[in-house]
Amino acid sequence: MEPGRGRLKIFMGYAAGVGKTFKVLEEARALRSESVDVVIGYFEPHGRKDTIAKAEGLEMLPRKRIAYRGSVFEEMDTDAILARRPRVCVVDEYPHTNVPGSDRTKRWEDVEVLLDSGIDVLTTMNIQHLESLNDQIWQIAGIRVQETIPDWVVQQADEIVMVDLTPGALVHRIQRGVVYEREKAERALRNFFRESTLVALRELALREAAHEVEHRIVNEEATTRKQEGNGARTERQHKILVLVLPDPETAMLIRRAKRVGDFLGAECFAVAVQPTGDLSNLPEADREAIEQHLNFARNLRIETRILEGEDVAPTLVEFARRNQVTQIFLARPREWRWCRPFSLNLVQRIVRLAKDMQVVIVSPREPVMHEDPESVPQPDRS
Amino acid sequence: MREARRKTPEELLRLVQAEEASARNGRLKVFLGYSPGVGKSFRMLDEARRRRERGEDVVVCAVQPDVPPGAEAVLRKLEVIPLKSVGGGTAMDMEAIICRRPGVCIIDGLAYNNPPGVRNATRWEDVQDLLEAGINVIGSINIHYVAEVREQIESITGRYPTETVPISFIKCADEIEIVDAPPEESIERSSEDDVDASLREQQLSRLRELALVLAADVVDHQLAAYLERHGIPQHYGTNERILVCITPRANVQEMIQVARTVADRFHGELIVAYVHQAEISAADQAGLEERLALARSAGAEIEILRGHDPADALLDFARSRGVTQLFIGHSQRSGIWSRLWGNPADKLIRRSQGMDVRVFPQ
Repeated sequence: MEPGRGRLKIFMGYAAGVGKTFKVLEEARALRSESVDVVIGYFEPHGRKDTIAKAEGLEMLPRKRIAYRGSVFEEMDTDAILARRPRVCVVDEYPHTNVPGSDRTKRWEDVEVLLDSGIDVLTTMNIQHLESLNDQIWQIAGIRVQETIPDWVVQQADEIVMVDLTPGALVHRIQRGVVYEREKAERALRNFFRESTLVALRELALREAAHEVEHRIVNEEATTRKQEGNGARTERQHKILVLVLPDPETAMLIRRAKRVGDFLGAECFAVAVQPTGDLSNLPEADREAIEQHLNFARNLRIETRILEGEDVAPTLVEFARRNQVTQIFLARPREWRWCRPFSLNLVQRIVRLAKDMQVVIVSPREPVMHEDPESVPQPDRS
Repeated sequence: MREARRKTPEELLRLVQAEEASARNGRLKVFLGYSPGVGKSFRMLDEARRRRERGEDVVVCAVQPDVPPGAEAVLRKLEVIPLKSVGGGTAMDMEAIICRRPGVCIIDGLAYNNPPGVRNATRWEDVQDLLEAGINVIGSINIHYVAEVREQIESITGRYPTETVPISFIKCADEIEIVDAPPEESIERSSEDDVDASLREQQLSRLRELALVLAADVVDHQLAAYLERHGIPQHYGTNERILVCITPRANVQEMIQVARTVADRFHGELIVAYVHQAEISAADQAGLEERLALARSAGAEIEILRGHDPADALLDFARSRGVTQLFIGHSQRSGIWSRLWGNPADKLIRRSQGMDVRVFPQ
């Protein structure tokens, strides 16, 4: 018999040390006490005593050793897990990037393989790795998170559990050396773990968890409606069109458009406009930039296209009209050249041409400035 | 370096209020759950145990009659001031607690009503007295018992809660911690076999969503207080705030409708603003009233702004409130004038760094 797809459960936190791995192992133990066949496929002890104690007595599969540039790295051994065929597998650090030379680039791709073979997976991640929040994390923490995970990967989880801890308690744990060694702890407290950053990340995580819960309710209700034969939605369908330019702001634009689209239940497409309908005439740097943006969009499951047209503004708006687009998303240009009479910039021209639809001009966010970089939260001794 | 900026009177007032609030003597920590059986009481007692082991003076002042499994052992190791019986009911023994002056009080079931004859009508008011007396409190509450979400709770569960705590009390907590678990687990624990499990799961998901949003709002409040205290004039954009700019003749129906949907889906806030103009015609006045009524019925917060440049007034307001999305109408001006000088929409777009602008058909 063909096995059904496994169930995915994500333990979501807002920072290292809130207790995700601990929670996931606790759940694994509870399952084992109910005689469920559960193994640890990969777990990162970070030298934390409580966590290591929780893993004791659970079956742990050996890691795969991969040599890269003269060093040996350890990764999850997906083939070994498939051969062992447990009912449930614990996989820590969902957004992890595998070392080059591994079968798959990302750990979440390994998890896909496990799920496809019918194994349930319990995994962990922090909110800052969610792709669509990358710019907000930049605004909050002044850090560009490189290791991101596309939103659709997280959305397909059957369950998301928020692992919560107050920032005060977290800081106290860091100060006691539970999370990091002394030196690293002090650095962490000055940078990523400042009070306002933690509070803001926690708020984002709570809102994201609430959104994920709602998303599942809405999906379920839609399924029920379909089963009852009332499939027709009264709500007008939103359709979003994103303009891809070589500018670096385009990545931010794509993320934001996708996020808004996901929240509104809208379809999204991303297009570039070129006189030849392909990228062959562009200087190398621009061509690469556009290709990268289009690739990025496709990874987020956005349909992409290159439109043929001499003039970007009318080509884009014409295409939008023909395809019943309701909203055009544009990036705010970094320099707003506007004082020259009779020379409107691209955004102004599109806004003037697209008077029959919504046009959203998305602004890059800048990190919040702090006057007191040393500020550390008051420990809450819980 | 950022330019030094003088604080407005409103900002100074908020600063003083923030300082007063943080100077309240006792600290309050709340464990928030979305369903009985999710494990709030256990988490609270577990924290009590940890604090006790670290040498803090922890005393249990109120627990639920049915102690969760596993918590009994913890409870046996802690000092307890039992509830006292008054006129057929029970209430916390406030005299005994204040006389004992523990370092931390553990108080379960914040929403309980006290029986008649007790000084305060409710338990959360007792807690307020303890905080004012400089005693720290750790309490727990279920989302069902938050006064402001009663209607939602009724529509979800069919029952109207009679014992409640105002949201302002929870929002002023120094710490909040949400006890989260997916509904299926809490159904297992409450072992209700006779109810339609899938319906119940949906209900619980709704309650879970409410609890998560409430916790996020409390955290947002803490964040705002922090930024205020440290004089940081920027916002983090953690909560989506949508500002719809209206004029007496604007086609606002679609704007407000979309804004409401976006605000709801993001669990954000909706504000509708109008920049006051002197001497508008009677027809425009009527048009304006109609549009404001529409905004009100959509549950928007309404702001009438003043300032001789509408764009400046709107942007200043938007920045002070941490608006993330500005909704405006396409300009109706066209032709040579707008080609030469730009139009009001241009001006808003040009100067709205750090927020998104959504331009609507008119």
